[in-house]
Amino acid sequence: MLELRAITAGYDRRAPVVRDASLTVAPGEAVGLLGPSGCGKSTLARVAALLHRPDAGTLLLDGTPVRHWRHRAPRAQRTAFGVVFQQPRLSADPRLRLTDLIAEPLRATGRREEIPARVPELADTVGLTPDLLTRRPHEVSDGQLQRACLARALVLRPRWLICDEMTAMLDASTTAALVAVVEDYRAATGAGLLAVGHDRILLDRWCDRTVHWDTVAPAGKEGAVPATPGR
Amino acid sequence: MADTTVEKTNATGAAGAAWRGHGAARRSTHTLRLRVSAALVAVTALAVLLVPPLVQLDQQAVDLSAKLLPPGWSHPFGTDDVGRDLLLRCVYGLRVSLLVGVVAALTATVIGTAVGATAGALGGWVDRAVMRLVDTVSSVPHLLLGIFIVAMFRPGVWPVVVSVALTHWLSTARIVRAEVLSLRSRPYIDAAVSGGASRWRVAVRHLLPGVLPQAGLAAVLMIPHAMWHESALSFLGLGLPTHTASLGTLIQGARGSLLAGQWWPTLFPGLFLIIPTLAIAGLAGVWRERINPRRRSELML
Repeated sequence: MLELRAITAGYDRRAPVVRDASLTVAPGEAVGLLGPSGCGKSTLARVAALLHRPDAGTLLLDGTPVRHWRHRAPRAQRTAFGVVFQQPRLSADPRLRLTDLIAEPLRATGRREEIPARVPELADTVGLTPDLLTRRPHEVSDGQLQRACLARALVLRPRWLICDEMTAMLDASTTAALVAVVEDYRAATGAGLLAVGHDRILLDRWCDRTVHWDTVAPAGKEGAVPATPGR
Repeated sequence: MADTTVEKTNATGAAGAAWRGHGAARRSTHTLRLRVSAALVAVTALAVLLVPPLVQLDQQAVDLSAKLLPPGWSHPFGTDDVGRDLLLRCVYGLRVSLLVGVVAALTATVIGTAVGATAGALGGWVDRAVMRLVDTVSSVPHLLLGIFIVAMFRPGVWPVVVSVALTHWLSTARIVRAEVLSLRSRPYIDAAVSGGASRWRVAVRHLLPGVLPQAGLAAVLMIPHAMWHESALSFLGLGLPTHTASLGTLIQGARGSLLAGQWWPTLFPGLFLIIPTLAIAGLAGVWRERINPRRRSELML
């Protein structure tokens, strides 16, 4: 169970981007979060993935409140989340080849011996051919890079997937392929999903339940919400 | 922009040719600068590496019968006021100056990168404390601080290296910190955190490789500066012992004879200081253009 209760978060304490947002994702459930651009849904997704410490509110992970974020969070808790971001260009280290990009979480958690088996298997799952794996991010297209980023998110077999506008910059066929990969993974492992986006049709067809931002953060409506560029 | 559009509509061919011509000219001066700088640096490096083992120099041997000879066949650069051959002493001096420059610049860059990366990667109060320390050190004039450090030791090469290194890491620390701060907010750092990477791993695997080009450029630009500092300290009589040939001691020793009209003991060490400096700066300039991302993407295309 992933529960966000009355989360207030932002990049400046005096002007929070998210006010009093509450959201629950049950294990195995797929929840779509809809909202207009700049409303703070990406910030909420970062909070849910333990990547951004909220100013107020609690995050319950399987009933226990989370007290530490980012590096301070226990490694097992951090790696329980697989995160895919909107812009693959910015979320891939420009110096790493795609195979290293996918294998990086395994190296970081000291599970090098799994690399030879796991990386080709995942590359095949997300639809990356072996010749693409030796290239660097600037030598592949956005769609191919996003496939690699999804593979990186899945490599540690997370229990929760956070997809922050994963398909916003991609064409329809790549979108369908990536959603299918996520759904296959969820069917195989029973992982929960929080998909953030502004495409109602896609989220309605993808997720078990779609919630609108206004119902997640009712207090945010009347307050002047400052738009953060790029998020 | 408007001009070129108008020109293009009037005479597309001519405007296109003019554009291409301009680009080619720029590119050719660019390669010319690169080649001249590289050749000068190579000649300098070969000279300081090959000449001393081949031609032994007794630093203290004097020949008063040959004192202050103008440049000629037996002494291409002339002799100084105690009859020592200036060409040989200039090469020996350049060797010492380059050694000090390279070692001090590398040390300063390593210290600066470590401090800057620590401040940038940890952030928060560590960052503030470290950067206030950097501001404090840089508020003291660095030549003065260098003189203070060098005066604590007996004269020699290593005190000069220590003094130059300890006073020149500040700018590198600032550059590296700024670069790390800009890299730290990228989503790929978030992805690494979510993938279980420790702080150390994020710094070593993702942040440091990103700042190394800038740090390397800072190191190369530091070499000429460090050479000048060595010369300045020696010129003030604080650096190397006076009998040791270094560009600074050579110029300092030649000060008296310059007023009597003997220009060569000052001119040649000065040229030996200026020409490698310009060559290294030229190479660094070419490198800086290469690591500029926009330029690099053009090269890739």
